[in-house]
Amino acid sequence: MQEYLKITRNGLWNNNQALVALLGLCPLLAVTNNVTNAISLGIATTFVLVASNLSVSLFRNHIRKEVRIPIFILLIASFVTVVDLIMQSFFYDMYLILGIFVPLIVTNCAILARAEAFASKNTWDRSVIDGLMMGVGFSIVLVLLGAMREILGSGTLFDQADLIFGDLGSGLKVTFFDQYQGTLIALLPPGAFIGLGLIVALKNLIDSRQMTAQTVANSKATLEPQTN
Amino acid sequence: MTVKLLNTNQIMRQVSYALALGVGAQVYFFGSSVLIQIFLACITGLITEALFLRLRGSEIKPEIADGSVVLTAILLAISIPSIAPWWIIVLGVSFAVIFGKQIFGGLGNNPFNPAMLGYAFLLISYPMQMTQWPADYISMGQAADVIFGLSNIDGLTGATSLDHVKTQLTMGIPIQELELNSISQLWINIGFLIGGIYLLLRRIILWQIPVSLLSGVVVMSTALYLVDSNQFASSLFHLVNGATMLAAFFIATDPVTASTTPSGRIIYGFLIGILIVIIRVFGGYPDAVAFAVLLLNITVPLIDFYTQPKVFGK
Repeated sequence: MQEYLKITRNGLWNNNQALVALLGLCPLLAVTNNVTNAISLGIATTFVLVASNLSVSLFRNHIRKEVRIPIFILLIASFVTVVDLIMQSFFYDMYLILGIFVPLIVTNCAILARAEAFASKNTWDRSVIDGLMMGVGFSIVLVLLGAMREILGSGTLFDQADLIFGDLGSGLKVTFFDQYQGTLIALLPPGAFIGLGLIVALKNLIDSRQMTAQTVANSKATLEPQTN
Repeated sequence: MTVKLLNTNQIMRQVSYALALGVGAQVYFFGSSVLIQIFLACITGLITEALFLRLRGSEIKPEIADGSVVLTAILLAISIPSIAPWWIIVLGVSFAVIFGKQIFGGLGNNPFNPAMLGYAFLLISYPMQMTQWPADYISMGQAADVIFGLSNIDGLTGATSLDHVKTQLTMGIPIQELELNSISQLWINIGFLIGGIYLLLRRIILWQIPVSLLSGVVVMSTALYLVDSNQFASSLFHLVNGATMLAAFFIATDPVTASTTPSGRIIYGFLIGILIVIIRVFGGYPDAVAFAVLLLNITVPLIDFYTQPKVFGK
């Protein structure tokens, strides 16, 4: 159990694929101009991560070391094809919006990195947890960035959510400002880079605050026995 | 002649004085709305910088007192249309101070010219407000009403000659038939030229960047003019329109973001001049100074690396 908690914390915070490893930036920056796109890509990426981690860890003893990377890519690509076909048949409008970025999940370095660095060395249960948590950590950043850019850029939240949630989604849309002209830069690539930079800075700030708090606590703990 | 070394504050103050003639020309032709913009910009700049310095946990007074934030604010305020709504300049200056300067560690550490970064941010984000220039003289009260949103901007705006050339050329009208001579643009640019020469004489800026930038503009526009004088304006047009003189003497010469070697400065200025014409003529936005300067800012480390002067004796 302790082990699973550690994997979870790694995936969500300490080794967050988007904020610490800075992997998978291409889809991260390209599709986050609104929350709905971000959620869709997040779900797709998480599914592929879990499935590829599971299959890689199951087959890890049968794959020769020399050819492991092509085999991993082959496994990842088959799951991406599954996602691609599912989206094409059930969420066709969303499929059109995400376009090339669904097939491009194959080249998302975060997925290959987890297969190589974790799943090929660990049992299947740990690999599934790792895939899930890495995927969720990645998706949280996607959604956060998508929300920032959508609020600033178009003044709405959950626009077009009906494309993935059906009728339920159309009620989700929130409009913050009426007749908002929009800060276009937030929707353009520079806005994505600036937004990601701000989120990374925020994470580093929280980490350094925690570190100082910890060192203060530690020094107190070591000092106290001497004073007593 | 002995050259007294000026400190940062004195340099910034001299540069601000040198801007006065160009600003004066703007006031003469378009009314004092630009002064409202400068006032708003300076207040916003000082407040933003103080808040951010506090956030960074550094001392506020010495950094604000060097006057660089005021100069950035003034430069941005005179670059934007003088009747833009108040939140344009407030957002622009805050962006320039935070993302252009403080986030890199304050004055001296910023790779990009803060004022031009603010301008590019505004132009990309709010293209509508950023292209509505005053058409004629507007009184102070009327300007204040427009800036603070009390009255409508309609009827007060007009195209600048750079806009005019762009739209007319796309309609297939040869350039000789256009009314190009804009007396106000001419005098504003002459104002900045005189201010710039004053700075040169005071040795606050060096001759390399202004001279090479202006020759870059002349070379590129003449080359295009020789290719087809029906489609491309002459080099005189490019010299006295838009922000050419402001860029040559006040913006590209920013000591923090410009190249620092003698031959590097010439390359830097010349390429900015060429890019200004290319982006003006072929780009989607009417004026190009901000983009040209920002593009060359990022190449400055490379230019400096390859133009290191030889160390004596080696």
